[in-house]
Parts: sequence; C-alpha cells; structure tokens
Amino acid sequence: MTSAQWLEDRPRLALGGKRARRWHEEAIKGLLFLCAVLSIVVTVAIAGVLIGETVQFFRAVPVWDFLTGTKWFPLLAPRSFGVLPLLAGTMMIVVGSALVGIPVGLASGVYLSEYASARARSILKPILEILAGIPTVVYGYFALTFVTPLIRVILPQTNIFNAASASIVVGIMVLPMVASLCDDALRAVPDSLRQAAYALGATPLEVAARVTVPAALSGIVASFVLALSRAVGETMAVTIAAGATPKLTLNPLESIQTMTAYIVQVSLGDTPAGTVEYQTIFAVGTLLFVITLVANLAANRILRRFREVYE
Amino acid sequence: MSPILEPPANLRRRKVWARLFRLLCLSLTWLSLVLLAVLLVHATREGLPWLDLQFIKDFPSRFPARAGIKSALVGTLWLISLTAVFSIPIGVAGAIYLEEYASRTRLNTAIEISIANLAGVPSIVYGMLGLAIFVRWMALGRSVVAGALTMSLLILPVIIISSREALRAVPDSIRRASFALGATQWQTIRHHVLPAALPGILTGTILALSRAIGETAPLIMIGALTYVAFVPAGPMDAFTALPIQIFNWVSRPQQEFHELAAAGIVVLLAVLLLMNGIAVVIRQRSQGMRS
Repeated sequence: MTSAQWLEDRPRLALGGKRARRWHEEAIKGLLFLCAVLSIVVTVAIAGVLIGETVQFFRAVPVWDFLTGTKWFPLLAPRSFGVLPLLAGTMMIVVGSALVGIPVGLASGVYLSEYASARARSILKPILEILAGIPTVVYGYFALTFVTPLIRVILPQTNIFNAASASIVVGIMVLPMVASLCDDALRAVPDSLRQAAYALGATPLEVAARVTVPAALSGIVASFVLALSRAVGETMAVTIAAGATPKLTLNPLESIQTMTAYIVQVSLGDTPAGTVEYQTIFAVGTLLFVITLVANLAANRILRRFREVYE
Repeated sequence: MSPILEPPANLRRRKVWARLFRLLCLSLTWLSLVLLAVLLVHATREGLPWLDLQFIKDFPSRFPARAGIKSALVGTLWLISLTAVFSIPIGVAGAIYLEEYASRTRLNTAIEISIANLAGVPSIVYGMLGLAIFVRWMALGRSVVAGALTMSLLILPVIIISSREALRAVPDSIRRASFALGATQWQTIRHHVLPAALPGILTGTILALSRAIGETAPLIMIGALTYVAFVPAGPMDAFTALPIQIFNWVSRPQQEFHELAAAGIVVLLAVLLLMNGIAVVIRQRSQGMRS
C-alpha cells in the first residue's frame, strides 16, 4: 500500500461524530449482550417447561408414588407410575458403561500424557476425537448388530435387547471424553514432580500411581463424574439396544428400559398434549435433568475445591 | 573408598511391573483405534452392497430394494443450513460479549454458569424444550424451523465456548495497538480481533454443526417424521433427517433394513468425516500462518 493510499484510507479521529460513534458503540454492545443473555433465557425456559408439566403430572399422581413405586405401566390399564424400574435401568447402564469407559479412559489418559511420543499423540488424539464425534445412533446400530450377537455367542440365553450390550457401547462413547480430560489433568502436573520422583529411583509405574495421578486427582475424578452424567443422559444407543421393558432386575442380559428410552418411546407415538401420558415424559425428564445437573455441578465443585495449584 | 550403592533387592520385580503397566496402558489406548476400525469395517461391510446412486436418489420405502435416503439427505441439509444461520451469529456474538466486554458483574457470572450448565444438559431435554416452546407454544408444528431452532439451542453453548477460546488466544498486544491508534472497541474487534480469531471460531463451529448433524433424540422429541416421501420445499414443511431414517431402519426387525441402516450410516459418517477433515485443515493452516 502506498502512503497516498494509506492517507486516503487511514482511520481518522472523527471528533465531530464522537457522539454518534459513541451511540453506535453502545448499541452494538447492547446487541452482543442480548445474545449472551439468551443462555440464561434458555436455562430458565428449560426449568420452566419441565417444572410446569411436572406440576400438572403430580396433581394426578402423588410424588411419593412416583419416586418409590416399583411398577411402571403408564400407558395401559391398570396404570402404575413408579419410576424406580426406569431409574434402575438407567443406573445399570451407568454402572456398566463406567466399568468399560473409566478404566480404559484413565489408562489412555495416562498413556497419552506419560508415555506417548509426540508422533503417537498426533495419531491417537484425532482418533479419540473421531470416536467422540460418532453419532449415538451409530453406536446403537453397532450395539444391536455387532456387540449383542457377540455376547450371544458366549452367553446364548441373552435377550436380543439387553443392558450389557448397550452399556458396552455407552462405555466406548464416554471413553474419549475421560481419556482427553485425564490427559489434560495429568499434563497440568508440573514436570518437576515427575523428575523428582524419578531421581529418587521410582519406576514409571510408581511415578504414575503415587505422584502424577494423585496430583491430578481432582481433574480425573471430575472426568469420571462427567462420564457418569453423559451415560445418564445417553438416549439413542440405549433406546435401540437395551429394550423397552421397564423392570427391576440386576441381570444385564435381560431387556430393560432407561428413562431416556421411555421418553423416546412415548414421543414416537402420537400422544396429545395435556394427557397424563404426555406429562409423564416431562416428569421423567425433570428427574433426568436434576440427576445430570447435580452430577455436573459436583464435577465443577470437585475441580475447584480440590485443585492442586502449582506455581 | 567410594561407597558402591547396591541396587535394591526388589528392583527387578518393580521394573517388571512397570513394564507390564506400560504395556497395559499402551494396549488399552490402541484399543480405541481397534474399536473405531471394527465399527467402520462392520458398517461398511453390511451397508456397501446397498450403497448406489439409487440409494441416494430414492425416497424411503416399505420395500428394502426400493428404499433410499433422498428425503433424509435433503432434510438434513435444510436442518443444518437453518441451524447454522440461527446459531452461528448468536453464538459468536455472545462469545464476543463475554470475552471482550463483560466485566465481573453478578449478571455476567450468571451467564457463565448457565452456559457451563447448558453444555451438560442431555440432548433429549433440549428436544422436550423444543417440543413445548417451538412446536406447541409458537405453533411452528413439526417443521424444519422448529427442528433447526431446537438444534441451535443445543449447539449454542458449544459454539460460545469454542469461540471464546479462539478469542482468548488472540494476543492482547493486537487490541492495545488498535486502541492506541484511536480505534473504538468495536472497530478493534471488527477489524483486528475477529479476523485473527476466525480460524479458531470456524473450527469450533464446524465441529458443533457436525454434532448437530448426528443428533437424533431431539428430533424424535419434536416429532420429525420417520416416513417422509417428499422433499421439504420451505422452512415450514415437515421433514426427516439422516439419523432419524437410520434409527427407523435399525428399529425394524428385518435384516435387510439393518443393512439399509448400515448404508445410511456410511453416508452419515462420510459427511461427518468430511466436516472433521475441513476443520482439521483450517486449524493446521492457521497454525502454520502463526509460526
């Protein structure tokens, strides 16, 4: 750019238009603020919608019956609105997926931060990102057409729809998140701690188990809690693979139903607004929302309260 | 006499354990790669025989041989375009406010907390919100707009969080230089901060949109139809989407439909991998420019 051009286009101190410009600036700031404040509106809207319909539901069904009832037959007479079978189904998926996702995720995090070369990292990180980006409906297909037949080869009495297969794929689904959060937490531990431990003659296992993992524990535990919360809210894989029979069972080879799968089941049918069937999905949804909210808040709290701060 | 240190007696055992532990971590990490490969190979092997031009060009059908994903593909395209139009300007604007303007007032802290919480809300809950607000209260029906608005709310926190990271990565010296030359705050943002942060914002936005492409549960909640034998002509039309079509085929008992679902999955994953690839390229280009 020549200086003549620059003189032509140069930013000028528009002293005369100062007031206009000031107004312009304020208007833009206001507009940006409105966009940011939308998130509060959405939060309030979610709470409002869930609470509104749930209150209606509890006019027809006592809260106590809902929370402690052991039979869930909301659509056919004789009706019964005990949410425990759905809650048990969800918890079975949570425990199962934790058994798969947490050990593998933690091991991957340790490998990525403590052992992997830069080259291995550059291959593994994108793979984990892709794994995390695969839609849940695909995992559902995978569970139904690959994992379940595999389980049935070993345990032929397994139902086509079963909690075990859904748990395994939900575990695979949360694994990348656990791995990358653990990796981040472990990498935040200063190298001087590792070097000090090695200088004292510790083996890599001892360094990981007694120095780095304990030092990064808040981040690691928070990643576990977030994984549990994800598993609670997971919908498509459990709808496709875990079945639609709400029941209280401890057998992972049986068909069950989770809270999310129930919500999908009802909304696939044509349920008019205002009916008790329609309100049940909001009551179940509220319970789901509260559980995930508590888990997420707990994860944040763990991160903040127990973080080791290094200078 | 110099002291000669004896190695501890248990050293060999400790070293064996250390080696075993390393091997365990290594194999469990590469297990992810194996799982990804198994998943991709399985879906491709099942779906490939069904994957031809006719599969892309035909509408869904009761007869597997004549079934295709035309309406689903066009529906997904509609949905994502509208979602991008709604969510990107609002998300980036919100991120600019929080990163460049917001002081630590109580309201701004509340905004931050609500964004963090919204990012953890299960997608099906957004579907219930969309059902109650967009489909029923605003009477948009089971239209593409209702779906896109729901998806926009779902990915808004993701866009805000990633855009904020991109804005935060812009060095402060750029802002100060611009202020020193007499630019106003908005001029500084518009001409200097935003262009510098653009690659990061773009990467995060593409990843957020690719998440929206794969989401199924919220669309089921707002009642996106599973059988649609027409292409939406406008934003108020009913629609179906690729993941919905896949779900519909998976939930049928016949083997042929499962294979159709696999073919649909191959198409869906191809679209997602393409978007991920674009995001990676943008990220690497911008890193190359900086160094």
